[in-house]
Parts: sequence; structure tokens; C-alpha cells
Amino acid sequence: MTKKITPEPCFHCGLPVPDNLDIHVEYQGENKPMCCYGCQAVAQAIIDSGMDDFYKYRTSTPEKPETIVPEFLQQLKAYDTASVQKKFVTQTNDDNILEVSLILEGITCAACIWLNEKHLSSLDGVLSANINYSNHRARVRWDNSKIHLSDILESISRIGYLAHPYDPDQHQRILEKERKQQIKRLGLSGALGMQIMIFAVAMYTGNWWGIDETFKQSFRWISLALTVPILLYASSVFFKSAYRDIVNRRVGMDVPISLGISIAFIASLVSTIRGTGEVYFDSVAMFTFFLLSARYFEVGARKQTSEATEALLNLKPVIATRLINYVSNKVSSVSEQENIAVTELSIGDYLLVRPGEVIPADGIIIQGVSGINESLITGESLPVTKRSSDQVIGGSTNTENPLIIQVNKLGEDSVLSSIQRLIDEAQHTKPAIAKLADKIAAWFVSILLTVAAIVAIYWYIVDASQWLEITIATLVVSCPCALSLATPTAITAASGQLAKIGLLPKRAHALETLAHATDFVFDKTGTLTEGKIKLEKIVIYMPISGQENNIDELQALTIAASLEASSEHPIARAILASNTQSLMTVENLRHSTGLGIQGTINDNEWFIGNKEFIQQHSSFSFNTNFFDVSDLDNTSKVYLATNEQCVAIFILSDSIRQEARSLIEQLHLQHKHTHLMSGDRMESAISISDQLGIEQCLGNLKPEDKLNNVKTLQQQGAVVVMTGDGVNDAPVLAGADLSIAMGKGTQLAAAAADMILISNNIEHIYHGYQIAIKTLRIIKQNLSWALLYNLFAIPAAAMGYVEPWLAALGMSASSLVVVLNALRLNRLKLN
Amino acid sequence: MDIIYLLLPVALVIVLIIIGIFFWAVRSDQFDDLEGPAYRILMDDDSEETDAGKKPAKTPKTIVEEKNDSGL
Repeated sequence: MTKKITPEPCFHCGLPVPDNLDIHVEYQGENKPMCCYGCQAVAQAIIDSGMDDFYKYRTSTPEKPETIVPEFLQQLKAYDTASVQKKFVTQTNDDNILEVSLILEGITCAACIWLNEKHLSSLDGVLSANINYSNHRARVRWDNSKIHLSDILESISRIGYLAHPYDPDQHQRILEKERKQQIKRLGLSGALGMQIMIFAVAMYTGNWWGIDETFKQSFRWISLALTVPILLYASSVFFKSAYRDIVNRRVGMDVPISLGISIAFIASLVSTIRGTGEVYFDSVAMFTFFLLSARYFEVGARKQTSEATEALLNLKPVIATRLINYVSNKVSSVSEQENIAVTELSIGDYLLVRPGEVIPADGIIIQGVSGINESLITGESLPVTKRSSDQVIGGSTNTENPLIIQVNKLGEDSVLSSIQRLIDEAQHTKPAIAKLADKIAAWFVSILLTVAAIVAIYWYIVDASQWLEITIATLVVSCPCALSLATPTAITAASGQLAKIGLLPKRAHALETLAHATDFVFDKTGTLTEGKIKLEKIVIYMPISGQENNIDELQALTIAASLEASSEHPIARAILASNTQSLMTVENLRHSTGLGIQGTINDNEWFIGNKEFIQQHSSFSFNTNFFDVSDLDNTSKVYLATNEQCVAIFILSDSIRQEARSLIEQLHLQHKHTHLMSGDRMESAISISDQLGIEQCLGNLKPEDKLNNVKTLQQQGAVVVMTGDGVNDAPVLAGADLSIAMGKGTQLAAAAADMILISNNIEHIYHGYQIAIKTLRIIKQNLSWALLYNLFAIPAAAMGYVEPWLAALGMSASSLVVVLNALRLNRLKLN
Repeated sequence: MDIIYLLLPVALVIVLIIIGIFFWAVRSDQFDDLEGPAYRILMDDDSEETDAGKKPAKTPKTIVEEKNDSGL
């Protein structure tokens, strides 16, 4: 068997297969390579259950599956407990039959959904499984006497996906109801509108070729009857919004819209009752229909993004392991533990937190020493060592050793709650850019009413019989159709472009604000950097006494990796990831938390850790200036030593994203100001900002500090775009004019932000800026066109040339022009 | 042209029925997933043959087969 020179990708997930790995799965008679045992297990499970068609249908590769470990299965069992189930699971008439909504993670294309649906339906005890292709929600119904929820979740993981039970909160339910109402309104105005138009065309032709007056009058009445539901149900949206605007002494786009609709309707009503004159019911219906559909598309694009991000916030009940009858200094047995939902905890509860688990609540350490990942507050992913009587924060992750903590803060008092309050407050005081269209709307209304008054007076004097007709024709023809469609069409067209670069807007004002941005603020870890510790360099120090050759870098790496093999610490993971050779056996392995690891390999004693650790165990002294190698920057250093000397230095750092440099340069070319605000040490922040050329750099910032700094900028008149990813960024993301959350960041950040960068490529922020500029230009063009159209149409109507059919035609034509212009955004080319 | 006095009310009634059906469709969640049915059609016909049938998720309590008799 020849050794493969170029790495062939894994058949399942598409990632390259490591050189020394040779595992396969048989698919339709051929051996297909796998990159890891996880992929192999998943692929085998898929093929065994007869769903190998998945590989035929899929249009993109699924994510690399997590290997299922016993701890994970243990955590899943917690979903069977009553206290957790009462939040997610609904009962039915039959006690045994339960229902649950699940969110699925890891879906990359339609075939994944098909696979999950088929797989779930095939499980014994599952009565039905339906998955929504748009939002990846699954509704599962099962017989609890035959299968448990944890089994269902486990079987989903076996085919490589992750499922979370989901409880749609009040907000979501309201949004869902509103959406359905919007569709109903759209359908109603469409169906009735088409009917009205039939009668309208009959009346138009009647005007040209003659029509019986009785018929015409009955058509008028019928059109009236058909329009009333539209007015009461469909157009009511505009009326309510206009009313709110007027009460607040503001003129938004909905005011001229409501004005146009009401005037057209009332005029037509009067004509119908009097039996003479023109009716404009078709204009009312069409206008309503156009506007509702424009708004529906505009909102629809945003809704999908917010759904995906906000939903994740509700999941993960965070199961805590409570110790019953805990007595200090006594090791409790498994039987005295219980799995319980975090919502059921009380102050004073003793909890066991295993390595790798999230700390369920704010508390104080009673027993144990471990490294805690507090990126929640600092954004720094290297763990902080904490020991007995140290405070820990709920939501941070325990990395190394089991801990027993006592809960001392819950709910409102917890650190996470205080961050949430910061977010809420920031969102309320957030400055909002006045939308361009709204500004024009105000002018438009006043000018229109003035012109109408002039026309009315003029015609009253000149030819009293026509004054009402002509005034109404003036008002109807000027209907702000094109004006009100100007913005939504442009934004909807832009969202297609935005989806291509993976920058999804969540709020309506996002694009317009981006176009006006003056300052760009970035978080450091996870935003400008990858957020992962990587091994950068290995530096060999000196020959080992008693040996002929130096240990070379690969050997040092293998020794280090062997020592670190069982550690969860990010530095250990980084070293292990770089190692390609097989690990050596280590005897007498010992971890010293926060310091290092020691062990015996081939009868030599080795130590790996920080300076302090090496100084404790080795007779080596760090007194040469070889070791002052750039101590002031973003890197971490880990030393490998024997009893006598230091052998190697491992330099690790969080690498800067490749595209960061290009992004900063392009922003500067556009005369934008750039800032770096980090929760990490000043030295690492400065190192990054120097490398990238960022203008201003601030470090050691707490969440409220970041927010205050941005507020200061805003007070100086800046329009701030903030990009971040961590929980500590969430308050400032809520307070910035426009905020962008990294797709791979925390869910809290994604929920607080206005846009999500799911492509995680920060250069796309600049592309987003280009799209925003172009969109603003198109909005301006649309508005100008709308005003121009009115400039011609109103005088024509004022002079008595415009009849209803011409008004309707004008309205449709002007709307069409606006839509076509907006579609030009699809031809935008980005560099 | 007197037929028109019949046709007009009939047209109205039909429109009302159409709207009624539309509202029912929205209420019964038919507009929730507009992409799903398209994919389902494409992918469902083939899978009927390769479907291996019901599979238990874990060791089942009892599966009664023809020959075996789990005497409990």
C-alpha cells in the first residue's frame, strides 16, 4: 500500500486526514478514508441505519463530530429528571406520551435535516419527528415507556449532531404570532385587492367605452365592501404606527402612508355614496399590498438571524451536581450527589464541579485547587488558579481539577445578572440614527398638504364643480408609494449581498448606521486574534550534559506532549496539537496546579511548566538574558527542563487573524478611526495594536469600562462600530451605535449585537461597510426618484389631467422603478 | 347582462372562501417552513428502499420475534 503524499480529505467531514492515520469506512463497496475515530463512528452509524443516501444528497460537509465520552452521556441523563423536564417537555393526554422542541446544532445543509428526521423517526418509541428546514427546530413526540429523552439526544449525537431541548420564551412566542399575522394581512390584501382590481378595470374600460350607470354604481359599492376589511385589518398597521408618531410629535414614514390611504378611501367613499365621481379603491388595496410585502421581506431577512442567535441563549439548563449532606473535609460518595437544574439552587448549597464543566453559580471554593477559565469577564482564555476560599463566577469554566464550591450569590446578585443589567441599560440609552426616509417623510407631508390647499383654493375659485375631484386626484397621485418603498427595497436587496459575506443584520437600522460610521472599535481576544492558543516556536537552550547531541525540537516537543497528555489546560492542548509523533510513556506523573507537570521518561526526570515551577525543581537558574526574550508581549512561555538544566522554551500565543491587517489598512484609507479595547493586560493589547497599526489602544478594561469609553467617543460626536465576541463585550455591544458580534463568540454577545459575522472573517466588516455605502446611495436615489415623480405628477393632477387609472398606473410604475433600482445592489462587486 | 347580478355575489362568496382557507393555512403552521417540502419530495422516494426499518436506540426490553420466546 503506497503512502499517500497529498492528504486526502476525510469522506465525512472534509478535513484532511493526518499522515499516520489509516481508518476507513465501507460505503457502497468502496473504502472511504476517515480523519478520526469520531468521524468513523458517525459515518458507520449513518451507513448501518440504512441512511447512506445522506452522502448522495448533501451539498456541503457536516461539522467534525465530537467524540462521545462517558461524561457527556452522564450529563445527558440529567435531561430525564423531572425538574429539568418540566421546563422543556410538554405532556399530552396520555401520561406516557411526551413532546419536546429541540434545536439542532451542526446542520450544514438540507441533507443533514433529512438525515436527522429519518434517523429519529426510525427509533423505537419515537412517534413522530418533524424538523423545520428553515430554523432547524425539531418537534419530537415519544413514548416515555419505551425510550427516554436522553436516549433521543444521545442518538442524535451518534450521527454527529448536537441537540438541545428548547423552551421558546414569551418574546419568541410573540414574534411568532406577529409573523403569522403579517402573512394573514398580506394574503387578505392580496386576495381582496385582486378582486377589487377586476372591478376597477371594468370601470376604467367603462370610462372609455361606456358603461351602464347602474352597473358602475354596483361596482362602486362592491369595491367599497371589499376594501373595508383591508382598511380595518391590513392597513391598520400603518394607522397605529402613524398615530404613535403623531402623539410623539414625530413624523415617520407611516404618516404620509396613512394619509394617502385614508384620503383615497374617504374620497372614494364619498363618491360611492353620492353616486358620481371617481373611486380609488384599487389604489388603496394595491398600495397596502405593496407596502406590506416590502416590509415582510425586510423583516424576514432579519428574523432568521435573531432566531438563530437568541434561541441558543435559552438552552442548556446548566445542570448542577448538588452534594447532599456535605460535611467539610469529608469525601462524599456518588450516592450523595444529585443532578439538579440551576434554577432550583439555593444559597448555601454545596456543588461539585468537575473539570471541563461550567461553574453553575457564583460561589466560594470550599475544597480543591484548579485553574478557572474566566474569559467571561476578562476575555482572556488562559485559566486563573483559584483555591480554597477564593470566589468563583457562575458561567466560568473549571479546567483542571474537581472543585467543591458553596453557592453564595444567585439570580439578581450574580455577576452574570449584573452584566445583563448593563446590557439592558445600554440598549435603552443607545443613540439611534434618524433614518433618512423618516426625515424626508416629514418634509413631504407638509409640502403635500400645502400644495393640496393651494390646488383646492385655486380650483374653487376657477371652476367650483371640479375642485374636490382635482384636489383628491392630486392627493392620491402623490401617494407616497415610491417614497415608502425606497428604503425597504434597498435594505432587502442588500441583505442578499450581506448574506454572501456572512454579515447578518439583526436590527433595522444596522445598514444605515454602518454607512455613517466614523470610529471602529475592536476587542482583542477572539476578534482580532483567533482566540486559540497555538504553539508558535520551540527554542532549544543548551546541550544536555552527559549526552552527545542536543535534543532537537521534535524530541523536545514529544517529551513535552507526553507530559501534558492528560491535562485540560489550553497550553497543554496546544502542545499536544502540534505534536505528530507517538507519545512516550511517563511514569510518576504529577500535576502541580498553576505551576507545571513532572514525570519520568526513559529514566530521566523531566519538568515542564512556568519559571517558578522550574526554579522549584531544577537546579537551573534563569540568570542569563537569553530568557528576556520579548517578555513584554502577547506570548506565553513554558519551559522544559531536567534536574540540571532548561532544555527548551515553548513559545505560545494567540495568533492574529490574517485578515486583520488588511481590514485596518482599508479602514484607515477611508479615514476611519480605529481603536482596540481589551480586558486583557495592557502589554498584550499594545503588542497587537502595534502590529496592526491601530490608532488607539486600551487594556485592563472591565465590561463597564469598555462601555464608558465608547460613550465618551459618542459624546464627541463619533458614530461607533464595535466588534466583539465575549460576554465581557456584551454591554458595550449593546451601547455602541452599531455592534457586530463574531459568529463563534458567546451567545450573550450575539444576542446583544446588531449584526452577526457568521463567516468570522473580519475583513468582511469592511465589505459590509462598502455594501452599506452603496445601499445608502441607492436609498437616496430611490428617494430622489420618488420626489421627482411627485414633481411631475402633482402639477399634472392639479391641472386636471389625472384620472384614477392614471393614478394607479403612476403608482405601480414608480414603485417598479424603485424596486428595479434596488435590485442593482445584487450586481455589486467587492474587492 | 342581468346575469351579472348573480355573478357578483358568487364572486364575493368565492373570495371569502379563499381568504378563509388562507387563514386556516397560516394558522395551521403551513407557512412556517417554506423550504422543507421541496427537499422532502426530492429525498423521500429513494429512502423507502434502503430504510432498514425500525431500530431501537438502546437494548430493548423485549423484542418478540417469531422463534424466540422471551418468557418473562
